[in-house]
Amino acid sequence: MIWQFDTLILLLLLVAAVVSLRLRDLLAASVVFGIYSFLMCLLWAEMAAVDVAFTEAAVGAGVSALFMIATVYQTTRKSSD
Amino acid sequence: MRFLGLFAVLVTGALLLYGVKDFPHYGAADSPANEGVVPRYYMENTMKDARVPNAVTTTLADYRGYDTMFETSVVFTAGVAIFAILRVFGGDRNRHHPDSLRIRGDQFRIIVGTTSRLLIAPIQLFALYVLAHGHHSPGGGFQGGVIIGASFLLLSVARNLGESLTRLPEHRFFTLGATGVLIYAGIGLLCLLLGHHFLDYRALQHVLPGVGPEMARSHGILGVEIGVAITVSSIMFAIYANLSTRGELKKGL
Repeated sequence: MIWQFDTLILLLLLVAAVVSLRLRDLLAASVVFGIYSFLMCLLWAEMAAVDVAFTEAAVGAGVSALFMIATVYQTTRKSSD
Repeated sequence: MRFLGLFAVLVTGALLLYGVKDFPHYGAADSPANEGVVPRYYMENTMKDARVPNAVTTTLADYRGYDTMFETSVVFTAGVAIFAILRVFGGDRNRHHPDSLRIRGDQFRIIVGTTSRLLIAPIQLFALYVLAHGHHSPGGGFQGGVIIGASFLLLSVARNLGESLTRLPEHRFFTLGATGVLIYAGIGLLCLLLGHHFLDYRALQHVLPGVGPEMARSHGILGVEIGVAITVSSIMFAIYANLSTRGELKKGL
């Protein structure tokens, strides 16, 4: 565990979380949410939990981001709140 | 109301941060996860019991086999629930999308289509590697299954849903989803029939020729991982197909 990497990834994680919540464009928000998942994956890998990191990369960053994009495509792109 | 919510979030966050103080340090040798009797048994005996170097795989599919079996049924149930909520039969709903969603750049279709066609075969090969090599490296049934499912999703996104539905039609992916759970539970039942406990893969040494109890456990793990992968991959595609077409399964994204 290298604390410089840790700090950088955690900071980016915070930025990604806040941005994905604040964005009005839901398509962009789901892409940022995929970035959030990928950063989580980096964090798991960096903490030597490689199996979890692998699952996070495949499920979180890969498939569930696509599920959200498909849902946005079928509903509405602009957030109402 | 807004400030009340902020207050609640801040207080909860402060309490959680306060709780972090009691956690063991990262990688501490005397943390409960390293010192407990059960985790220590898993880490020290995974090679001796099942000849599987990756303790995560042994724990997931052998020591904690029941958990993984019901996790697989949870994945299957999720697919069935999405089907029950979204799927509609017949009747065109006549939907029209707002203009902002119309996908521009149709002239790039040939580039995207060709690139993804070239990518799909390596992705599926990699998925099989992840599935089969889960004993020795990170990976296993869930990850391999998700990657196989992702290759079908790539085909649906890059070309269209119809093309992947001709390769994996609806009746087939739900049959496959159930088959995976049945493979898992069937291996468990086979162990029961051979006179051992449910999911005690050592029983498989009576049916697999020239295999000791340890290797029987290793092969049993591979068998249930294959079941998990079949369920996960087909249910991932089922969920995507229903989500991206509002359950009409005609043409998606």
